[in-house]
Amino acid sequence: MDLRLEDIGHHYGDMEIMQGINLEIPAGKIICIVGPSGCGKSTLLRLIGGLERPTVGQVVQLGEPPEDSINPLTYVFQDFALLPWRTVEGNISLVLEDHGIRGSKADEIISDVLARTKLTDFRKALPKQLSGGMKQRVAISRALAVKPAVMLMDEPLSALDSQTRELLMDDLIGLWTREPFTAVYVTHNLNEAVRLGHSIVVLSRRPGRIREIVDVKIPLADRELGDPELERQQKHLWNLMRDEAMAADKELINV
Amino acid sequence: MSEASKQVVQKPVDFRGGGFAPQSKTWVGFLVFVLLIGFIEFGTRVGFITSLTLPKPSDVFATFVDLWKSGLLWKHLIPSISRLIIGAAMGASIGIGVGVLIGLFSLVRAGLVPLVAAIFPIPKIALLPLFVIWFGIDEPSKYALIAFGTFTPTVVATYGAVDNVDRSLIRMGQSFSLSWFSIVTKIVLPGAMPGILSGLRISLAIAIILLVAAEMLGAEYGIGAYILEAGSLYDLERLFVGVTILSILGVSVSAVIGMFENKFLDWRT
Ligand SMILES: Nc1ncnc2c1ncn2[C@@H]1O[C@H](COP(=O)(O)OP(=O)(O)OP(=O)(O)O)[C@@H](O)[C@H]1O
Ligand SMILES: [Mg+2]
Repeated sequence: MDLRLEDIGHHYGDMEIMQGINLEIPAGKIICIVGPSGCGKSTLLRLIGGLERPTVGQVVQLGEPPEDSINPLTYVFQDFALLPWRTVEGNISLVLEDHGIRGSKADEIISDVLARTKLTDFRKALPKQLSGGMKQRVAISRALAVKPAVMLMDEPLSALDSQTRELLMDDLIGLWTREPFTAVYVTHNLNEAVRLGHSIVVLSRRPGRIREIVDVKIPLADRELGDPELERQQKHLWNLMRDEAMAADKELINV
Repeated sequence: MSEASKQVVQKPVDFRGGGFAPQSKTWVGFLVFVLLIGFIEFGTRVGFITSLTLPKPSDVFATFVDLWKSGLLWKHLIPSISRLIIGAAMGASIGIGVGVLIGLFSLVRAGLVPLVAAIFPIPKIALLPLFVIWFGIDEPSKYALIAFGTFTPTVVATYGAVDNVDRSLIRMGQSFSLSWFSIVTKIVLPGAMPGILSGLRISLAIAIILLVAAEMLGAEYGIGAYILEAGSLYDLERLFVGVTILSILGVSVSAVIGMFENKFLDWRT
């Protein structure tokens, strides 16, 4: 299943958040979205997943999601959004119960996704017993449990320290390499973008428009830390964003 | 260099972290009671507290034992406790129900919040005659008074608790296509539980106050009736027995809620 954004524009009240966004999200690819703070990245993600309606334009789904997909458009949130009163296992079964998956079938899925995110030993733990990195892995395994056609990730690693972030990036690359998934990955970290993105969409400051789409040709698994080609791309992205970021920063002061 | 470092005064950095983290130290509360009672006992025995000011704690205790032995204790306590349980259960359950509805539906909120705000400050005891007319002099009017008194604080605490449930969790539920019913029962209600329980602490204390008030205004048996009788005879020992029983009742109710909190809210950090 692919997604296509057709001429998306959005307002909150009088404030224009974005305009004229046209974008293809092909199956099996990770699209990173970067842009200055407040340019509407999170909003765009909510529009893509149907949590909000765009003021103009539409998000079109091309083709049917795979048969076994339980929740085709699935989010991974920056703040994890785990229910603190449910165990790791309970947080995952929460999203299965409503789709009629219980008992041994749910157990099987839960064991599988916990193994894939290396959380098997923490099955019975409560969120308060987990570190930030582990919480985000729980959130990722919860997303994997519903077999999404497209994962919508809003700065999933930005609440974590840089070492944990590196580890989780490796985990994500490992997950993708074993079984390619489609994702829209919002981040303000350009290094994450060049490590994880097949293509990187650079948005301008508010009202957000697409400034440029940068393709990174190196296969995900071969992107080493400190690869000169990636550094060059990251620098290019930074050059694109610097002026926007500075202008956006000034605007906030002038509000 | 070496000379300079010799002169440097070394001392550990002052600790200024502690506090502001409630810990359970039950024995301190117990100790305060023991000291207070011990002091009064001492004072009344030595004589700097006259028997007209306060009764001797040991006499109060003896009166309590008499009450117990005569079987009258249960005769007073059982009707009181059943009034409390029935009245408070009605008031709290309706209150939680209405509070959740207010929290979930804007229309209900718009309609009922002003009404609740209007009845909250009414001293419910003032309405007892009205309840007597509506429900008769017997038990139902007492249930109604207690229920009504518990209802308002419970409603306010409940819809506040529902409002405070983390919106990002609700959004998460929607993003996984959970049904409305699941979002309410699995996310909103558990999330509101801490607020509802702390509201119940207040509501149940109010229920005990109203219980006594209702029993004072017309009941043959009950802690309130017992206290009223003792008071009109200026029998301070019995008065204090009654008051002590009420305090114990209050402490027990609060302990029960504490047990619920420990059992169901152990997920809180
Ligand atoms: N529900 C809302 N109502 C009104 N304004 C909103 C709402 N949500 C977001 N905004 C505004 O829209 C703009 C874009 O917000 P958004 O969260 O999408 O930005 P972002 O690119 O994700 O920023 P950041 O990098 O800080 O996460 C901001 O100016 C924000 O104040
Ligand atoms: Mg954002």
